[in-house]
Amino acid sequence: MKVTYPHMGSLSLAVHSLLTGLGLDVVPPPPITRRTINLGVLHSPEFACFPLKVNMGNFIEALEAGADTIVMAGGSGPCRFGYYAQVQREILRDLGYEFKMIVLEPPQGHLSELADKLKELGGGRPWPEIVRLLQVTWRQIKALDTLHVRLLLARPRELEKGSCARAYRQASELVLAAKTPGEVDSFLRQGMEALSAVPGDHNRETLRIGLIGEIYMLLEPAANLDMEKVLGEMGVEVERSIYISHWIKEHLVLSTLRLGGSKKIRKAAAPYLNHFIGGHGWESVGETVLYGRRGFDGIIHVLPFTCTPEIVAQSILPTVSRDYGIPVLSFSLDEQSGEAGVITRLEAFLDLLWQRKLKRRETSSTG
Amino acid sequence: MSITVGIPRALLYYYYYPGWEAFFRTLGAEVVLSGETTKAILDAGVRASVDEACLPVKLYLGHLADLRDKQVDCVFVPRIVSVERKRYLCPKFLGMPEMARFSIPGLPEMLPVEINIHQRYRQTRQGIAKLAARFDSRSGAFKRALREAKAAQEKYELGLRRGQTPAEVLSGKAPRPAAGNIRVAVLGHAYNLNDRFISMNLVTRLREMGADVVTTEMLSPQDIRRGAACLQKEVFWTFGKKLAGAAFHLLEEGKIHGVVLVAAFGCGPDSLICELVERVYRRSKKAPVLLVTLDEHTGEAGVVTRLEAFVDMLRWGQAV
Repeated sequence: MKVTYPHMGSLSLAVHSLLTGLGLDVVPPPPITRRTINLGVLHSPEFACFPLKVNMGNFIEALEAGADTIVMAGGSGPCRFGYYAQVQREILRDLGYEFKMIVLEPPQGHLSELADKLKELGGGRPWPEIVRLLQVTWRQIKALDTLHVRLLLARPRELEKGSCARAYRQASELVLAAKTPGEVDSFLRQGMEALSAVPGDHNRETLRIGLIGEIYMLLEPAANLDMEKVLGEMGVEVERSIYISHWIKEHLVLSTLRLGGSKKIRKAAAPYLNHFIGGHGWESVGETVLYGRRGFDGIIHVLPFTCTPEIVAQSILPTVSRDYGIPVLSFSLDEQSGEAGVITRLEAFLDLLWQRKLKRRETSSTG
Repeated sequence: MSITVGIPRALLYYYYYPGWEAFFRTLGAEVVLSGETTKAILDAGVRASVDEACLPVKLYLGHLADLRDKQVDCVFVPRIVSVERKRYLCPKFLGMPEMARFSIPGLPEMLPVEINIHQRYRQTRQGIAKLAARFDSRSGAFKRALREAKAAQEKYELGLRRGQTPAEVLSGKAPRPAAGNIRVAVLGHAYNLNDRFISMNLVTRLREMGADVVTTEMLSPQDIRRGAACLQKEVFWTFGKKLAGAAFHLLEEGKIHGVVLVAAFGCGPDSLICELVERVYRRSKKAPVLLVTLDEHTGEAGVVTRLEAFVDMLRWGQAV
């Protein structure tokens, strides 16, 4: 069995180390390139959302590289993601690939089905060993997220372009190589120190921007044209609203125990939207309110083209933006998005934010 | 004078209007429908919505603006999350009250009600009772209204299964006798197919070309369920499951000559379900499929040409 999985930011790295730890022969999908996206687009439904197309590119390239088993996540709706695997399997079958697809469906109140699939992947390994591996993976995911938060804060102040990203990459490689929870923790500590030690101009003034939207588009740099990096290098302190560790905690752990998480976000959204609408639409509205309250300079909303939950959110965001006086810029991205166009829009947006910031300062100092 | 309740002639109107109308009428309210779709109504909707919203959402918002201009006392914009166990409607229905509120300025009172059979059956019933009390708080009024609504809805759905389209039943026009020499399934959301303006009268045109048309509503729930059972994973959208179920049932039954799939540009569920249906049909080599995508720019002539070519092709297939 040669296993592969789709890319999704740093989550794929942790999934990779988990699968390897289970003793599986893992064929990682090659890094996402223009070819990956072109292949995915060619064989996907035209109006499917962008993540499905990128996944398809990953699967095709991994199958070309010799994979014969695909591990994919499922879902129970109403977001389209829950049905991705069903469509992808049929398309790949029509393309003539021979493979097995293991779909990990979220547990609806019970963990047994998910556990069975993990056991199947574990190939007869005893439970305690699988649980230990899962614990290490969980620590790794959390550690990568912690490092990432710090990376986003440090990047706008770095003196040498790319130095923070380098420190982050080194730290994450160590974290991923760790074999025990203790090792993960100590590599995390080291990594945090390394990131703090990156030479930077700590007096430099920055803008603070909240990055909200659909989870895949936020997590996968190849899908969002590396927006965090672009913003960071333009001198913006970015705070990303979604991290995979929060998501897992909420959807796999808390919802199984019937404890709804992210109450704070939902409460903040309530005056505008008091109901789930699938995907991350509800959160997008709530996060905007929270960033507004915290006095952020602006919001960037990223969604895959035709994503219905985010479109619902998008129709509400202008009102939130007005009420809290926080500018919001939406990017609906897919294979057609051109980097130059996105950068121009970002530059114009940042100019606007700087002017607002300076004007406010003037009025407060003279008034 | 009785309270006027505005119902947009769009989206779920085509599924539930007879039930809704009976409900409000029994409670003593007067139901006012928005006008038939016109270019002006659609344009108003397009202007009010986010660019990327799908065509039926834009149209719905246009109809709401029409009701506002008709100065009704309140509008019925329910939040319909789920109408059966384990299945949802598309996310746009989940956030419809908000899209309406934040897109159409100056709307009258919106009657709040949430239908969520899957997760909140009891609260759904309580919510409807509360809605009824807004019009008539006497005891028994709610139950009577619900009974009337159910009867009207059942009568409506029975009519549909006799081979009439929602538009025909709702307008009270008798269906024309089946006289075509080819049988074509037209599968798509009722709110796209039955709006004469945005569907460019697709069903009537096919009939005029001598085709017998079958739609999802004409099939029995059992047939649809059986058809959908051949999927590895159940579809979690009610309408998506109906579409797939109808398509697979008709394929197995083998009595149709071709399928016209009608999807709105940007429709999330359709982007996946239509893909699956197309693939299964292509593998079977039994009946060709034509996919028509509708949006606010669709040129009528282009669609008519494609339909004519498709029907011609089906006829040639029969002649061989």
